[in-house]
Amino acid sequence: MSRRPLVREVPPTSWYFRHPRYMRYMSREITSIFVGAYCVLLVVGLQRLAAGPVAWEAFLAALKNPASIVFQFLALVAAVYHAATWFNATHKAMPVQIGEDFVQPGVISGAHYVVWLVLSFVVLYLAGVF
Amino acid sequence: MAKSHKPVVWFPFAAGGTVIAFFIPVIVLLTFMAALGHVPAGLGYDRMHAFAANGIGKLIIFGVVALSLWSSAHRLRCTCYDFGLRADTLAATILYVAAIAGSIASAVYLLQI
Amino acid sequence: MTPMKELRVQLEVLRYNPDTDTEAHFQRYDLTCPEEWVVLDALNKVKESIDPTLNYRWSCHMAVCGSCGMMINGEPKLSCHTFVRDYEGSVIRVEPLAHFPIERDLVTAPDDFMEKLKRVKPYIIPKEKKPISEGEYKQTPAQLMKFRQYSMCINCMLCYAACPEYGLTPEFIGPAALTLAHRYNVDSRDGGRKERQEVVATHEGVWECTFVGACSEVCPAHVDPASALQQMKITSSIDWIVEHLIPGGKS
Repeated sequence: MSRRPLVREVPPTSWYFRHPRYMRYMSREITSIFVGAYCVLLVVGLQRLAAGPVAWEAFLAALKNPASIVFQFLALVAAVYHAATWFNATHKAMPVQIGEDFVQPGVISGAHYVVWLVLSFVVLYLAGVF
Repeated sequence: MAKSHKPVVWFPFAAGGTVIAFFIPVIVLLTFMAALGHVPAGLGYDRMHAFAANGIGKLIIFGVVALSLWSSAHRLRCTCYDFGLRADTLAATILYVAAIAGSIASAVYLLQI
Repeated sequence: MTPMKELRVQLEVLRYNPDTDTEAHFQRYDLTCPEEWVVLDALNKVKESIDPTLNYRWSCHMAVCGSCGMMINGEPKLSCHTFVRDYEGSVIRVEPLAHFPIERDLVTAPDDFMEKLKRVKPYIIPKEKKPISEGEYKQTPAQLMKFRQYSMCINCMLCYAACPEYGLTPEFIGPAALTLAHRYNVDSRDGGRKERQEVVATHEGVWECTFVGACSEVCPAHVDPASALQQMKITSSIDWIVEHLIPGGKS
């Protein structure tokens, strides 16, 4: 009796459709498209800021066009999804051991969320939102 | 096989991912508000210019933009591979060069302010 | 005593006979079994009374030996740990563990995994060798807790079946083997971390991992291989900085 193992190929372009877990992973990874594009927008904004008040005001005005509104919304969703998945995963990379016990993962993630909220409110305050 | 030089790209990716997580959502919120017609007072030219003119302000803006660009580029490189695009070296080159170019451009513009 | 409820179970099992087949095909088995049974029990009943040619691995029937890993409705599971009542009313699709070649029916070829386990040097490389006459290596409970979770691996390979990167890049050393390296690296008696880095810190080591996290989700022993790998990415990055950026930094 000889061995004749059968190899099952993994379809390289559609494997992620096979399980909801993989779809969630790909969704997380795809946030990088929107975040990356948003960063490009920030670079453009810096150029407009450097070019003077007229250019800057034109940049702010251009943000109001419908395509931009849709993009801003998608970028916001992507950024928040990135943040949530990042904070939920941080405790895995940095376990905190105190004596024989480990700090609960929820505490570590929770602390990140708290810092995130505080930082966000500080930025919103500095930006004059309230 | 020899030890990898992956840390060169991974470490800034991890730092950038953290920066994106903490700062990008609120920054997007600000521009989203501006897009909807409620431009926050802090986004006006005088205040933005004052912030970017400041040395600390420059460092903060550059840090956020450069690290976020790099982190997005690295993740996008890995995502291309996951989507079946096997030309990893090509994807890596294009994406990392784009991130570096964006970072250099940011520095140039910041130095003009 | 109340009579045990019987469930109708429909299994759709992937068959492959290396002596006669060029492809795998599904075979349907219909049977009834007590509602508290696991899929392994159903397979045993199939083999006993319906089709003795069905092949599959199993041993302890209590989720400690790691033998009975299979894909059950597309999810890597231990068949002794998967209850038929959770699939009541639907067909249960049983396939061999993903990402491994099929030897026969539900039996996979674990050769790649076995080789990788060996490659990471999964044994104590003592920090300070001392003769038995000098007594034991002592360890506090806290030192034990540092690595204990990672020592609970039962080598069931569910994590390899779940990991998409292993599926796409078979050279990847993989979750369990790398986690085993970590288990020894953080053991206070061990001094072999640098030696293991020659395997761990390579492209096919931790750097193939993109933190999908599927491995930890399917692990029946709660080892959390994903956490071990991320921790090794951090230590490997610090190593790299020390070796390449700090003058006099030794590897």
